[in-house]
Amino acid sequence: MKRFVYADNAATTPLSETAFNAMKPWLTEFYGNPSSLYRIGREAKMALNEARTTVGKCLNAAMPVNEANDYAPGEIIFTGGGSQADNLAIRGFMHGPTAKGRKHLITSKIEHHAVLYTCEALEKEGFRVTYLDVDKYGRVDLEQLKNELSEDTALVSIMAANNEIGTIQPLKEIAALAHSVGAKFHTDAVQAVGHMHIDVQEMGIDMLSLSAHKFRGPRGVGVLYVKKGIALEPLVYGGGQERGLCSGTENTAGCIGLAAAMQEAVEGLDEKMGYVKRLTDKLVKGVMDKVPYTHFTGDPENRLPGTASFVFEAIEGEGLILMLDNMGICGSTGSACSTGSLDPSHVLMAIGLPHEIAHGSLRLTLGEQNTEEDVDYLIETVAQVVSTLRSMSPVWENGKPNLTAASELHEHH
Amino acid sequence: MQYSEKVLDHFTHPRNVGEIEDANGVGEVGNAKCGDIMKIYLKVSDDGVIEDVKFKTFGCGAAIATSSMATEMVKGKTLEEALKLTNKAVAEALDGLPPVKMHCSVLAEEALRSAIADYYKRMGKDPAEILGCSMDCAACHHEHDEHAH
Ligand SMILES: Cc1ncc(COP(=O)(O)O)c(C=O)c1O
Ligand code: FES
Ligand SMILES: [Zn+2]
Repeated sequence: MKRFVYADNAATTPLSETAFNAMKPWLTEFYGNPSSLYRIGREAKMALNEARTTVGKCLNAAMPVNEANDYAPGEIIFTGGGSQADNLAIRGFMHGPTAKGRKHLITSKIEHHAVLYTCEALEKEGFRVTYLDVDKYGRVDLEQLKNELSEDTALVSIMAANNEIGTIQPLKEIAALAHSVGAKFHTDAVQAVGHMHIDVQEMGIDMLSLSAHKFRGPRGVGVLYVKKGIALEPLVYGGGQERGLCSGTENTAGCIGLAAAMQEAVEGLDEKMGYVKRLTDKLVKGVMDKVPYTHFTGDPENRLPGTASFVFEAIEGEGLILMLDNMGICGSTGSACSTGSLDPSHVLMAIGLPHEIAHGSLRLTLGEQNTEEDVDYLIETVAQVVSTLRSMSPVWENGKPNLTAASELHEHH
Repeated sequence: MQYSEKVLDHFTHPRNVGEIEDANGVGEVGNAKCGDIMKIYLKVSDDGVIEDVKFKTFGCGAAIATSSMATEMVKGKTLEEALKLTNKAVAEALDGLPPVKMHCSVLAEEALRSAIADYYKRMGKDPAEILGCSMDCAACHHEHDEHAH
C-alpha cells in the first residue's frame, strides 16, 4: 500500500499549527509598518521585540536592557533566512571593526555553501581562509585547529551540526580554542536549533545563525545572534532596521512565526527529539539490515536525532530520489547528477568516500510528524527501490557490486 | 531543473533493460566525472539488422531514460541507420533534456556506437573505417567539444 512520507526535514519542515496561528493576525489585522509612529506601527514594533526576547531566551543569551528600553537579548538580528545570517556574520565580521585588522579566518570543509562561498569571496578580497579537514565521521580536527590558530585569526566559523550527515561538532571546545588567541567564534546552527540543546553563554558562542523553516517556522526568515560588543559591517543598507545591519521593512509575521516555532521546539525538545531519535534508530537498523553493500554516513553517536544518511553501492542517487518520489517518499541525495555539478557533495568527499560510491547517497531526515508506520514503509520501499536500480546497473553483478569498472574509468580524469 | 513527462515515463518504465545472453555486439562507456556508466548489448542478424537490444545503466534519471529511448529507436533498424542516431535526436524524442543533462544523451550515443564497433570487430572488420573513429571514447573525450561536460 502506497503512502506519502515526508522524510526530508533537513531541507525544510511543515509550518507548525502554533506558528501559523501566531502569524495570522500579523498578516491580516495588524499590518502596520513597525517603523511607523502610530499605534498599529508601535504594536508591530513591540511584537517584534517580544519575538526577539523569545529567541534570546531560547538561546540563553544574556539579556541587557538598553536605553531605548528595547529588550535586547544580546543582539538578535532578524534576517531573510540562514544564508543571510551566515553572510552577515562572516563577511560583516571580517569587514567590521571587531576583527581589529586581523585577516585570517578558519572554517571547515563541510560547511554549507552559504559559509563556504562567503569565505571564497573573502579570499578573493585578500583574506586568508583555512578549511579544516574532518574525520570519517565528519568531526573537525581539533589538533589542526589548534595549529592553525594565530594572532592573525579573527574568526572561527564551524557549523553546529551538518546538514547532510548530521554530525554534531564539539562547539564548546572550538569556542575555547578560538578565544585562546583572541578570535571570535561563529556557528551555523541552522540544522541544530530546535533539534539539540544550544546555550550560547555556556558554549561560548559569539555569533549564531539560525533559520525558522528548519524547526517548523516559516521559510525566508532567520536570525543572527550577535554577542553584545561585536560590531559588524551591514549586510543590507537602507532604512536602518535591525540596527542598520539588515535594512528593510521587517517581515513581522515571519519573525513572530519564527519565535513561536522556536519556543515550541525548544520547550518540548527532549520529549520530541527522544521520539524522533527512536524512529531514526529503527530506520537506520532496518535499512542496514535489509540492504547489502550499504554504508552508514555520519557520526554514529554525536548526530542530529532525525538524520539517517546512507550510501548504496552500484547505484546513483538521483534515480533513487525519483523512484522514491514515485512511491510517495521525499528524500534527498548528494550525488553529482542531482546537484547539476560534476562532483558528488563536498561533504561526502570530505569524509573520504570514493567518488563511485558517493554517487549512491541517500539522506532521510525525520521529524516529529513522522510515525512508526512511516518508518516501516521507508525501510521496505528503500530496499525495494535500491534492488530495482541495482538490477539495472552494469556495475551490479551476481548480487554484488563490481566497481572496478567504475574505478578504472575514474582514472581517466 | 525539470524533466519532461517523457523522460519520467522512460525512467519509470524503462524499455529494453537487461542483458542479451548471445549478444554479438557489446559496448560499455562511462563518464566517470558524472558517475554514469552505460552498457549496451546487441543481437545483430546476418543481414545487419538490430534484432534485439538491451541496456544496463548506472546513472541518473536522464541516463536511464536516454538509454531506454535510444534502444527503442534503434530496435529493428539496420546498423547504418542506427549509426545515424545522434544524441540530439534521442533528446528530442524525449521532449528535451535539461542543459546540464545533455551529456547523459551523449553517453547513450557512445554506448550504441561502441556496441556496433564491437560487432564489426567480431565480424573481422575495422570499425574505424566505418565509424570514422577508434571508439576509444575515454581517450577521445578531450578532443570532441560536444563531449565536454
Ligand atoms: C547548515 C545550513 N546552513 C545554512 C542553510 C541555509 O538556510 P536558508 O535556506 O534558510 O537560507 C541551510 C539550509 O539548507 C543549512 O542546512
Ligand atoms: S565517439 Fe567516442 S571515440 Fe569517437
Ligand atoms: Zn548523469
